[in-house]
Amino acid sequence: MFFNKQDKNAFAAIQDNGECITYNQLKEASQSMSGQIPKRSLVFSLCENSIGSLVGYTSFLDNQIVPLLLDSGLDQELLAHLIEVYQPGYLWVSDQKKADLLKQHPEYHQTLEAYNYTLLKTTYEPSPLYEDLALLLTTSGSTGSPKLVRQSYKNIQSNAEAIVEYLEITDRERPITTLPMNYTYGLSIINSHLYKGATILLSNKGLMQKEFWTFFKKEEATSFGGVPYTYEMLKRLRFFRMDLPSLKTMTQAGGKLSPELHKEFAQYAQEHQKRFYVMYGQTEATARMSYLPYKDSLRKYGSMGIAIPGGKFSLIDVDEKEITEPEITGELVYQGPNVTLGYAEEREDLAKGDENNGILTTGDMAKRDKDGYYYIVGRKKRFIKIFGNRVNLDETERMLKTAFEDMECACSGVDDKMKIYITDETKKEIVKKYVSEKTGIHFSAFDVKHISEIPKNEAGKTLYIKLEETVNALID
Amino acid sequence: MTNLEKYTQIFTTVFEIEESKLKDLEYQGIKAWDSVGHMSLISEIEDCFDIMLDTDDIIELSTFEKGKEILKKYDIEI
Repeated sequence: MFFNKQDKNAFAAIQDNGECITYNQLKEASQSMSGQIPKRSLVFSLCENSIGSLVGYTSFLDNQIVPLLLDSGLDQELLAHLIEVYQPGYLWVSDQKKADLLKQHPEYHQTLEAYNYTLLKTTYEPSPLYEDLALLLTTSGSTGSPKLVRQSYKNIQSNAEAIVEYLEITDRERPITTLPMNYTYGLSIINSHLYKGATILLSNKGLMQKEFWTFFKKEEATSFGGVPYTYEMLKRLRFFRMDLPSLKTMTQAGGKLSPELHKEFAQYAQEHQKRFYVMYGQTEATARMSYLPYKDSLRKYGSMGIAIPGGKFSLIDVDEKEITEPEITGELVYQGPNVTLGYAEEREDLAKGDENNGILTTGDMAKRDKDGYYYIVGRKKRFIKIFGNRVNLDETERMLKTAFEDMECACSGVDDKMKIYITDETKKEIVKKYVSEKTGIHFSAFDVKHISEIPKNEAGKTLYIKLEETVNALID
Repeated sequence: MTNLEKYTQIFTTVFEIEESKLKDLEYQGIKAWDSVGHMSLISEIEDCFDIMLDTDDIIELSTFEKGKEILKKYDIEI
């Protein structure tokens, strides 16, 4: 899908250190990969926003090799656990990471090097992979959970096509990376733009760094995407006063943007002839399910818009009956060709076929207005989003219980702020430090509180509502 | 409290780090000083000295020492 209609001599990517790669070179890299590694192999790709990382991804997809995309900075123990569970035949790692991995695993050997990345062969035997399985992504990358989403070739292609259509992407676009490549939203930006032969501006630098903005201006970036936290940072950076003539489009997903911030950015976009799109998606739907057309951004602020081309939404009540009236909250259900195959929790699951049949019950609670625009109002499942990362509360609890055996704990909270209740007052600091280190998320997102006892029902299940009440009563 | 003491305390509190380590501290030099940490740092500095930093100053404030120079532009002597 990346080497058909694209102009061979056009740049597929430019990196912030000045290196670049054309579509032709990307294709050549894929061809040299094909001789080195058998089809239907499983590869762990340790991603960053660099040409080497990109070359791996496009080559694997082109050669029917299945990568699991992981953050290059993933905690070592969590990575080791994933390797143990899935037993990949190969790892695709940056040259900086290579030395560490070879030291820990002298049995791995190098087979191929390209663009400062290396292919390491492990000693694991291959196992069967479902024929349409293209790609694996984590559901909650930061807790190192082995629960993965299985995406097919059709999923990736159909979602890229839909995104190209509603964002009106052309080969003249130059999106700059603001999100990791292993994160479904960041990857969807790469997929949809490569599909049209555009040029990706790759950088590991963040919005708060001068180098990012220098690169942005020098290479004349035309668009970027961001999670709610990105937009909060931009506001603090006095983004509304910045002069960015090349910028045409801004997209937002990865959690619900506050209606106030949505309105401010929509207003800014309208006044400066730019487009601002609020969107909704999940890894389980490849990436995107909805978008709010930019022309409606101000009029319908707070809304996540309508289904993407080829997709369809419905709302169901507690009895799973469809809600047809407007303004009534129900669980959001999505139907479309981008609904992924299902989950994997162990190696054998990679041989499984399509378990979802194109229908995804999202776990998000939503309502629809009389014009057919959807609004997210809450969440059914026990997870929160911290700076755009989905963090499962039960998995975090399990992780803490394993690390701190002599204490009880419970996790709750809202987006960007997790509350961790523990029964051992002396462990507050160390728990905070541990969870921040393991997840790679800044410690200020975790609020660790002491509680004498975790309220539970007779079956031993934590009563989260009671927990909040107990704590609030203590504060009052 | 002097301006230097206030400035120092902002860093030690926001990044939960000892004063002795501040001298050579830079952006991404420690885990706590990532983009999230940077946002907290900027907002604490702005609140404490009652100023509004410009975009260029926010992104250039990448070391403990550099911040002192930047604050001079806002008539804060450290």
